[in-house]
Amino acid sequence: MFLIRCPWCGERDIAEFAHGGEAHIARPEDSEELPDSEWAGYLFLRTNPKGVIAERWNHQAGCRRWFNMLRNTATDDILAVYKVGEPRPEVSANLPATPSGEAAIGSGNDAAKVMAPGERGGPVA
Amino acid sequence: MSKHGYRLPRGGLIDRTRTLRFSFGRQTFDAHPGDTLASALLANGEHMVARSFKYHRPRGILSAGSEEPAALVEIGADRARSDPNTRVTEQEIFEGLKARPQNCWPTLGFDIGALNDVIAPFIPAGFYYKTFKGWPGWMAFEPLVRRAAGLGRAPALPDPDRYEAVNRHCDVLVIGGGPAGMMAALAAGRAGARVMLCEETAALGGTLLSRDPEMLSVDGKAPAEWVAAIRAELESMPDVAILTRATAFGYYSHNFVGVWERVSDHLSPATVPQRMPRQRLWRVRAKEVVLAAGSIERPLVFHENDRPGIMLAGSVRTYMHRYGVLPGRRIVVATNNDSGWDAALDMARAGGEVAAVIDLRSEMAPTHLTEAARRGIAIYGNATIVGTEGRNRISRVAVRPLTRRGGSSRPVEIECDLLAVAGGWAPNVALFAQSRGKLRYDEQIEAFRPGRSWQHERSAGAANGFFGMAECFAEGARAGADAARAAGLDPKPLAIPTVPASGQIGQGPIRVIPELPSNRPKHKIRAFIDLQDDVTTKDLGLAVKEGYRSVEHAKRYTTSGMGTDQGKVANLNAFGFLASVRGEAIPAIGTTTFRQPYKPVTFAALAGQHVGDLFAPRRTTAMHDWHRAHGAVFEPVGDWLRARAYLKEGESFHAAVQREARAARATIGVLDASTLGKVDVRGPDAREFLNRVYTNAWLKLAPGKARYGLMLGEDGMVMDDGVTACLADDHFHMTTTTGGAARVLGKLEDYLQTEWPDLKVYLTSVTEEWAVVSLCGPECHKLVSDLCDGLDADPEKFPFMTLRDAHVGGVPVRVFRISFTGELSYEINIKASYGLWLWQQVMEKGAQYGVTPYGTEAMHLLRAEKGFIIVGQETDGTVNPLDLGLIGMVKMKGDFIGRRSLFRPDSMRDDRRELVGLLTSDPNMVLMEGAQVIGGEAESEPPVPMLGWVASSYFSPNLGRSIAMALVKGGRKRTGEQLWVSRRDGAPVAVMVTATDFLAAREKADG
Repeated sequence: MFLIRCPWCGERDIAEFAHGGEAHIARPEDSEELPDSEWAGYLFLRTNPKGVIAERWNHQAGCRRWFNMLRNTATDDILAVYKVGEPRPEVSANLPATPSGEAAIGSGNDAAKVMAPGERGGPVA
Repeated sequence: MSKHGYRLPRGGLIDRTRTLRFSFGRQTFDAHPGDTLASALLANGEHMVARSFKYHRPRGILSAGSEEPAALVEIGADRARSDPNTRVTEQEIFEGLKARPQNCWPTLGFDIGALNDVIAPFIPAGFYYKTFKGWPGWMAFEPLVRRAAGLGRAPALPDPDRYEAVNRHCDVLVIGGGPAGMMAALAAGRAGARVMLCEETAALGGTLLSRDPEMLSVDGKAPAEWVAAIRAELESMPDVAILTRATAFGYYSHNFVGVWERVSDHLSPATVPQRMPRQRLWRVRAKEVVLAAGSIERPLVFHENDRPGIMLAGSVRTYMHRYGVLPGRRIVVATNNDSGWDAALDMARAGGEVAAVIDLRSEMAPTHLTEAARRGIAIYGNATIVGTEGRNRISRVAVRPLTRRGGSSRPVEIECDLLAVAGGWAPNVALFAQSRGKLRYDEQIEAFRPGRSWQHERSAGAANGFFGMAECFAEGARAGADAARAAGLDPKPLAIPTVPASGQIGQGPIRVIPELPSNRPKHKIRAFIDLQDDVTTKDLGLAVKEGYRSVEHAKRYTTSGMGTDQGKVANLNAFGFLASVRGEAIPAIGTTTFRQPYKPVTFAALAGQHVGDLFAPRRTTAMHDWHRAHGAVFEPVGDWLRARAYLKEGESFHAAVQREARAARATIGVLDASTLGKVDVRGPDAREFLNRVYTNAWLKLAPGKARYGLMLGEDGMVMDDGVTACLADDHFHMTTTTGGAARVLGKLEDYLQTEWPDLKVYLTSVTEEWAVVSLCGPECHKLVSDLCDGLDADPEKFPFMTLRDAHVGGVPVRVFRISFTGELSYEINIKASYGLWLWQQVMEKGAQYGVTPYGTEAMHLLRAEKGFIIVGQETDGTVNPLDLGLIGMVKMKGDFIGRRSLFRPDSMRDDRRELVGLLTSDPNMVLMEGAQVIGGEAESEPPVPMLGWVASSYFSPNLGRSIAMALVKGGRKRTGEQLWVSRRDGAPVAVMVTATDFLAAREKADG
């Protein structure tokens, strides 16, 4: 249950919002000239990263405005929200890792939950 | 001691001045206010309350709280309020409470299902994966297995009770109302924070209430007095809310916590105040959270450790000091840590005969040894339990030294009626793990405890791995202050309550043995890990042997840790045993995933008020009451209720539809079309905007004219359609389908805001501003002229696809000459508040023409006669305009949404399914909608090649035969061909492929 800061209305519960897929995918203006593969890319292909993604959100049960969000899909941290037309903000390269500290790919089960010696609160090596 | 012999003469927080009656099965018992069902049953000597899930073995009460695995019963007086799988340890007693055993037949004492126990060697974990395969396959066995499995029965009638959901924000949410939680709430509350304190049981105090007040004082007071004083102070703070009987069951992202409050489950249904809900769901958004949910004691794993009368030692203390019940007379305590000794001495002080303490460890605390010796308690150090006896309640324990020296392997048998087991305490880390915090394994306590936090929370007290009372107070104060500070407040240091030296001690050193050795051969040991799901060490061993080595796989293979308790007391023992079988350390194999909810939450509480009429908005038109008064049957379309047909006295639905459809082409039919979506499109670029969102051209549509438009998605598939009229050069009135209105408006807004922000266009939903009366029939222009002041609706003068402003009785209206039936038709739009009045005018003035109201079913039939599509019936998101034969609707020049996709290779395949008409050779045969169209007279062997399916099918009274529209591969090229439509109960039906406009075809034939 995300708490989302609408750039127009402030912090609201996720129940008021609708997700609109990946952001910054502009509709090609010269679609007539585009090869099929490129048009298919616009239609169907999205990045789906584990990490930072720019997403479109709509404050549907509020001001009904569309806006953009930078979210870390691995942690659900919302790193930035910004209005349509504004450039994608720079976010710190030093992003929080996933809670269980697993690699960027993989589910991080079992052994990944073990805390390394010396880690804060962990067993002393 | 009488029948009440297990009730202690004094002590406990029950009200001994009053007696309540309750029933369990066919028996009736006495209890006191303050009792739980468990404490009341134990006071009456009833240990065995249930049968286990798989083997139907007798199950007793293991614990005193929500961790209870197996003591599950059905509560409730009637079939609407029966509540299965209720933990007896949590259900509070009220006058007249009715509880029933479940999962047994015919009785709890004699249960046929217990035969499963006899054949247990043949049904190990995963037996049905191996057994029920091949012919006739799992599908044949599933109903039998399902009937044999399952716990409890769902209520048979609709839930009569009220439930509600509440949203709440707070600075600090404290979960757990024990010593740590209370101190945390106090620290945060005194700092001025908005605090919510949630306690799962009926009273604050937690472990403080499970201690002998003569042995433990807090600041010189009895624990219960200290609790009352602190509670009073918390209640005096205006920004502190205390919830009891409230379980935090889910920790979700961004510090959102679900709390489930049982508001009136502890009251007799007859005494519940009228407006009081049964349960309440708190949706809490907390800035900071303190997790102080305490710890859970684990049982010991030994042969035959599942008999009724085997209880957790800490729970025995709770029954003694909180409820005034000592559940046994001759007691044996088995322990692997110091807390078992504390419990044993507690029981001895309360008058119980403690026959022996069995300790797995060889080094025991000298104070304990001295005190036990003084009380004449037999002590077995470095010992193991090799087995137990007792059919429905334990009667004997067999014990021997752990390390066999010489011939001393012969076990000593000790008689008892209660075996208290203390396997060590494990911090309750469920919510911490749900919050995605990282656990770490602490070898000191041989359990997982909170490691690195992820969200805005911190753990305190036993939940954090500190079991001493003094530590819990200090931990709570620290965590509360920390949380308040993080929430932006300035907490002051808190005086930590003083407790006597004995209160400092936790569980001391612990010795965990994954499975206690027995004298029996390994394969004959039945040591239960999960008491609810009947999982033994043997099952887990088998899982590893068969390759299910990961904890997650072993869980699923054996069902260990599944069910309504999710293995609260079982999991750690399961992980420990798996680790030992794999020869690895517990932290190396990890844990299963802790998921929400922490314990079962009723669907009713989650649904809250959103049930019945409040489940979803129900929209009705201005004419709704008239429809109701005139025999209308309704159908939901989107959020709307639309009249489907108007049934006359004694008339069938089918007959009504046929009559209405006939009238609309013979005399005058009238339809309530108010529900169509309407969007007011305004702005200098409105025309350009329409040109981009519709497939056809809009640049030249003059004011006063209307046009049918088709809207696609970017994938080229039909999304919506409707007629849009030009009111002025910069002002249009768009209509959409009833169900698609919100989606279309949302999509258009999306494009305006994100793709074409340069366009000056404003969209307003005006659906509910207008009521629309649609008139249809060859003579209907006369009625329109009669109704409208000074409007001559003669079709010669009022051309098709135009609109006029007019007045009805002085009220302004817009009249459109458009048609969804192919017949002469007008739609009169009027302000919604006049809708009913206009409808009545139509009925009154139309009487002389035989005006007939028709519903949506006749409308569907009429448009099908003309071959018009309905989005969602002839389209399903895979149909483009070319498939529908609407290439004429697609403009050649200029971009529009979805245009490029029409030129994708897939859109240009010549075997795409196309819309065609189908006529059966028997004119009375009506095809089933959704039926498959096939190419042969007989169905071939499966898979039968499918050519398409029937989208719409009716009996047309105006054509005197059945008609159907279908989407068929390469359909239009097949016109004139014979195909077949398969049926569920009969041979395929021969059909002829035709054009979709059946009316035109008839006119041509007649022509």
